[in-house]
Amino acid sequence: MIDSAIVPAPWLTSDDLWTIATAVLASVACGLAGCWLVLRRLSLLGDAISHAVLPGIAGAFLLTGTRDVLPMLLGATVIGMVTAFMSSALSRVGRVDRDAAMGATFTSLFALGVVMMSLAARQVDLDPGCVLYGLLEFVPFDTVDLLGVQVPRAAAWLGAALLVDVILMLAFFKELRATSFDPAHAASLGLRVGLVHLGLMAAVAANTVVAFEAVGSILVVAMLVAPGATARLWTDRLVPMLWLATAIAAATAIVGYLAALRLNTSAAGMIATISMVGYLGSVGAVSLRSALSAASSRRATIPG
Amino acid sequence: MTELFRLLSLQDASTRVVMLSTACLAIAAALAGSLAMLRRRALVGDAVAHASLPGICLAWFVAGDRSFAMLLLGAFVLGLVSMGMMALVQRLTKAREDATTAIAISGFFGLGIVLSRLIQNQPGGNRAGLDGFLFGKAASAVTSDAWIVLAVAGVVVATILALRKEFGLLCFDREFAAGIGRPVHRLDALLLVLVALVTVAGLPSVGVVLVVALLVIPPAAARCWSASLGTMFAVAAAIGAASAIIGTGLSAVLPPPGGASSGGWPTGPMIVLTAAALLALSLMVAPERGLLTALWRRHRLRASASRSIGSTP
Repeated sequence: MIDSAIVPAPWLTSDDLWTIATAVLASVACGLAGCWLVLRRLSLLGDAISHAVLPGIAGAFLLTGTRDVLPMLLGATVIGMVTAFMSSALSRVGRVDRDAAMGATFTSLFALGVVMMSLAARQVDLDPGCVLYGLLEFVPFDTVDLLGVQVPRAAAWLGAALLVDVILMLAFFKELRATSFDPAHAASLGLRVGLVHLGLMAAVAANTVVAFEAVGSILVVAMLVAPGATARLWTDRLVPMLWLATAIAAATAIVGYLAALRLNTSAAGMIATISMVGYLGSVGAVSLRSALSAASSRRATIPG
Repeated sequence: MTELFRLLSLQDASTRVVMLSTACLAIAAALAGSLAMLRRRALVGDAVAHASLPGICLAWFVAGDRSFAMLLLGAFVLGLVSMGMMALVQRLTKAREDATTAIAISGFFGLGIVLSRLIQNQPGGNRAGLDGFLFGKAASAVTSDAWIVLAVAGVVVATILALRKEFGLLCFDREFAAGIGRPVHRLDALLLVLVALVTVAGLPSVGVVLVVALLVIPPAAARCWSASLGTMFAVAAAIGAASAIIGTGLSAVLPPPGGASSGGWPTGPMIVLTAAALLALSLMVAPERGLLTALWRRHRLRASASRSIGSTP
């Protein structure tokens, strides 16, 4: 744990700081991956994936009896493929649109996950309520030894996820950018559009699983979508959008945690609430700005 | 075993009313969901459902008591607020509609969790009345609550059937409907209100997280069977009602998985799983495009082709 002498504010304990660090890592890792979902108009897929991975996680838990991340990642990957197959079969056979196919698939899988968790009710480690809103407050009590420092297990995993995200993003930046903005053009350049899509889905699913335990299945959606969508309102350029989304993600996590601490309420819930407030505030500010600039340009062009 | 018999024979007056109301609600949701799906607004109900959690909590704060009607009213009001918010954002900016919906789903749910924790912190406050709303508890519902659900379902079904020509036109050719003077904006708004109504009335039995399944799964399954609105309505309603009855029955009859102390089988997920099984069945054996149907047809074609090749002189 951090030495109490370097704690900047006396009303924050070192446990609080580790929790904030975990929340920031989760928020930034999800936010960066989510930028690409927002650009590809796939925000609701983030919602679908975060619900659909539940039976994979529950299955891994039932089989191994532990909450190790690796079996859960494996289980979630299997379920991710099931989701993709079911949605595409549904839109082919039933001729339903993408939203409806996704909605039918993820609610079915989530229901399966909840029932599997009820089966595991004897093993009290995992219960359906926690799945919804996570256990951010308990993050500091489950630590691992990392180079001699006791680090919360969730923070270690989320840090690794963030690192992998950034490496993958830098390595495939050109491909991601081309396929997100103009898939037809990217395909004509010989880029594997489908493969990039699949890779992005895998990355989103992996981030979701790692962040799941800390923030729960519904709030992870806010972390995935809100930073990218909010940043997109302010800028039309890709690289500034990614930086802005990172800053927004970190700020949301910090403000949300501190507000929850002050009000003595759920931190994950507060972070999601602050995400939405930030998005709505940005919508208001951006539309006010464009209205003002439209008015001033009108004034400039009308003589007298 | 006697309990199973009692349930199946519907001897229990309260079980009878609760099952009847859940089934009627599922029918109403199937009809409203079919229209919403055809208007490509399938997941609007999800935002309404998640926004109802803070609505329930606010009603708890304002009214103090946990009267069922008050909680549902709070849920309905916040559901409309979330729809209004999404429409306003759409009007103000060129923001992506899907991003706004996703943020609304998770932001309102987060607010609901914040509020419910605050209720828990209050002296004497407990979430006993609220936790049932997460995953649904139809099996233990009270008769007077069931009558409210039944009334809402009746109003929604009656409205949709009365306006089914107008709604059909709206869904299949909106421009034409507008051209011949149908009030398309008001019909769209009415459809959203109907979706909000069934979503909120479905909360007690299916819960906040999964109620959207009632709006999405039966229509998607029905779409596999038919392309005509009338048939789709009928099949979706039948699938919805069957899921509600079988799911509620299973969650009431099955012995609790973790021993008597655990909460038992959650009603909402059992209803949704039943619907999902019927959806999977529809995917497999639907006429024309069903996965197994297509295999069978290919097999027949191949057999007849080889026979005709064999018979040619």
